[in-house]
Amino acid sequence: MNAKQLLTPAMLAAMASIAMGTSAARATDLTLCWAAWDPANALVELSKEYEAQSGNTMHFEFVPWTSFADRMLNELNSGGKLCDLMIGDSQWIGGAAENGQYIKLNDFFDANGIKMDDFIPATVVGYAEWPKNTPNYWALPAFGDVVGWTYRKDWFNRPELQAEFKAKYGRALAVPKTFDELKQIAEFFQNRDIDGKKVYGASIYTERGSEGITMGVMDVLYSYGFKYENPDKPYDMEGFVNSDNAVKGLEFYKSLYDCCVPPGSSNGYMGEGVDAFKSGQVALQMNFAFTWPGFNTDANVGGDRTGYFANPAGPNGDKFAQLGGQGISVVAASDNKDAALTYIKWFAQPSVQAKWWKLGGYSALRAVVEDPGFATSQPYAQTFLDSMAIVKDFWAEPSYATLLQSSQKWFHDYVVAGHGTAKEALDGLVADWHATFEEEGKY
Amino acid sequence: MHDDLAQRVAAATPPALARRLRGVSDRTIAWLFVTPTILLLLAVNIFPLNWTIRLSLTNFRTNRPNNPVEFVGIENYRKILTNPDTWASLQATAHFLIWTIVLQVLIGFALAYLINKKFRGNDLWTTLIVLPMMLSPAVVGNFWTFLYQPQIGLFNYFVAFLTGADPASFSMIGEVSLAPWAIIIVDTWMWTPFVMLICLAGLRSIPPSIYEAAECDRASKWRQFWTITLPMALPFLMLAVLFRGIENFKMFDLVVQLTGGGPGATTQLTSIDLKREAFEKWRTGFASAYAVILFVTVFGLASIYVKALNKVKDR
Repeated sequence: MNAKQLLTPAMLAAMASIAMGTSAARATDLTLCWAAWDPANALVELSKEYEAQSGNTMHFEFVPWTSFADRMLNELNSGGKLCDLMIGDSQWIGGAAENGQYIKLNDFFDANGIKMDDFIPATVVGYAEWPKNTPNYWALPAFGDVVGWTYRKDWFNRPELQAEFKAKYGRALAVPKTFDELKQIAEFFQNRDIDGKKVYGASIYTERGSEGITMGVMDVLYSYGFKYENPDKPYDMEGFVNSDNAVKGLEFYKSLYDCCVPPGSSNGYMGEGVDAFKSGQVALQMNFAFTWPGFNTDANVGGDRTGYFANPAGPNGDKFAQLGGQGISVVAASDNKDAALTYIKWFAQPSVQAKWWKLGGYSALRAVVEDPGFATSQPYAQTFLDSMAIVKDFWAEPSYATLLQSSQKWFHDYVVAGHGTAKEALDGLVADWHATFEEEGKY
Repeated sequence: MHDDLAQRVAAATPPALARRLRGVSDRTIAWLFVTPTILLLLAVNIFPLNWTIRLSLTNFRTNRPNNPVEFVGIENYRKILTNPDTWASLQATAHFLIWTIVLQVLIGFALAYLINKKFRGNDLWTTLIVLPMMLSPAVVGNFWTFLYQPQIGLFNYFVAFLTGADPASFSMIGEVSLAPWAIIIVDTWMWTPFVMLICLAGLRSIPPSIYEAAECDRASKWRQFWTITLPMALPFLMLAVLFRGIENFKMFDLVVQLTGGGPGATTQLTSIDLKREAFEKWRTGFASAYAVILFVTVFGLASIYVKALNKVKDR
């Protein structure tokens, strides 16, 4: 038996082994966990390309937003193996990183030429980094999102309404430049009869159970001067969370709730906002940008009937908006981490990100959003860019859920239930947050 | 007698097993039968209870597996019992509990009294009345949310029809003064049939001969009700109160669907508070202490109540 004869069976065995290995990799079933909403459907469509290229099969576990955190944090905390990939909320990043629930992606990014500089900076800080503003990455920015506003452009364009508004307020009925102007518009439309139907001023977030009212209130408070902490002394909140300007912001939110929302809006979040706007109940609507593609194609309010605008300015001219959106991470408890990483590698490609935007997913890749044609590619694209440029986010600390529950309680108790004053609510919030950080050993 | 039992057991078992059982004492056989149940009880009740009590004395958090677990003594209990929010939740729970029981007992007993009379369509009415309790609480919560909707809700239109008020002028689940009553109304609608069925069983257990004797003595219907019907149905009524009391003390799903505990914390019952501590804030040790306090409260109240129930039964 010569060497050639010896090699042949060995080579065949090696080839068979490689083939089997490839076949095993092809057979990998990956499960991606996310919220049940329109972008998730777009991701299912997008992922067909990955399945065709990799041979892996994608499964999806989508949970409604109001129970998303409950369900998925339970999964992460229990070390469950249901999810290989998690598109988790931005605020989970601290806890997931510190508790070893996500794998760190720095080495993977370096090895595959994925650079965080290629993504919108706010999304990198918000969705990927922990600790914040350090180059430690636990996710790839997957879906950029931000709170903004939609308005009934067709109502705003009616000559009789324009004339009446001008006579009353001395300016044109147009996109508001300040929150005070926004409230005037909401008051103008409240209980107005349009086409034989009673309409209302604005739909805003008031939901109690998960994070709704906090997202809404924060979206306004930032522009009024609210700050989470002393920039020079971390976790020092006295005079920042409950500053005079923050108190004014909270009072404004309550006044908007009292004057201008549809009856029965005491527990509404994204879904209720969408319903109120699509059914033609409200002139203005606060909601995350992910809802905008749905309005644009809607039979009742689609096309030219709906306009979009970024948050107006607060009393001192500051303009900020509440960040939404998520990054995609690999779950540390997964048995398919290598295959899951191939999904992230595929998802990060500029061509895939461009397709993601076309299907209705808000890409966070700069090559996509800085493309000259991006701003005019959809009626809401420019507003998305404007809004993403002014974002701020809630705490992303490991104790974020406790911090969130405190804000939910205090904001709902003041805004919806009408208990106490704005100052008392924010003082109470400072006390609760202080106690939480004290338990965490931050002082 | 012991031999009889052993023989009967041996006779009812396959020959091979019977040979082995022969000579085994009745006591051993009894233990053989009871042991699986005891093991199950230990596994699903006693062990978790013991574990919960242990956790309640620590600072353990399920979402912090890397943090050291420290013994904190009764600190969690102290924090809970000195927290005004805990007492507000208990107050909200007591309000819900008392009013639902009062309304369900009154309406349930009245319905049972009517259904107990013989009339055409009796069975059909009974079936229709018990329908609500066959539904899932999540479904009931969802559709009552629509019924309470100020703009399209039938409930608001019904109230408007009766009072002349604008249906959109009030929100049952959005106003502090109305929300506690909104959840009481829904729970009463759903569970009154359950109370009715228990009361009906009580009414039907009263021998007709007692009423016949009362008729012979020329006792009025009013007197028959107070001296025969109510006393004889009372143990059943008290049983219904016990069941509904325990159930409503841990009420969760219906209220979460309807109000989410709001507005503010107006309808934040203890079960919702506990769930938030355990599965949203992930303060496992703290939540365990909270659970132990609630368990002791329910167990203590139920024990006192069962003693009273037994006294009534023995009269």
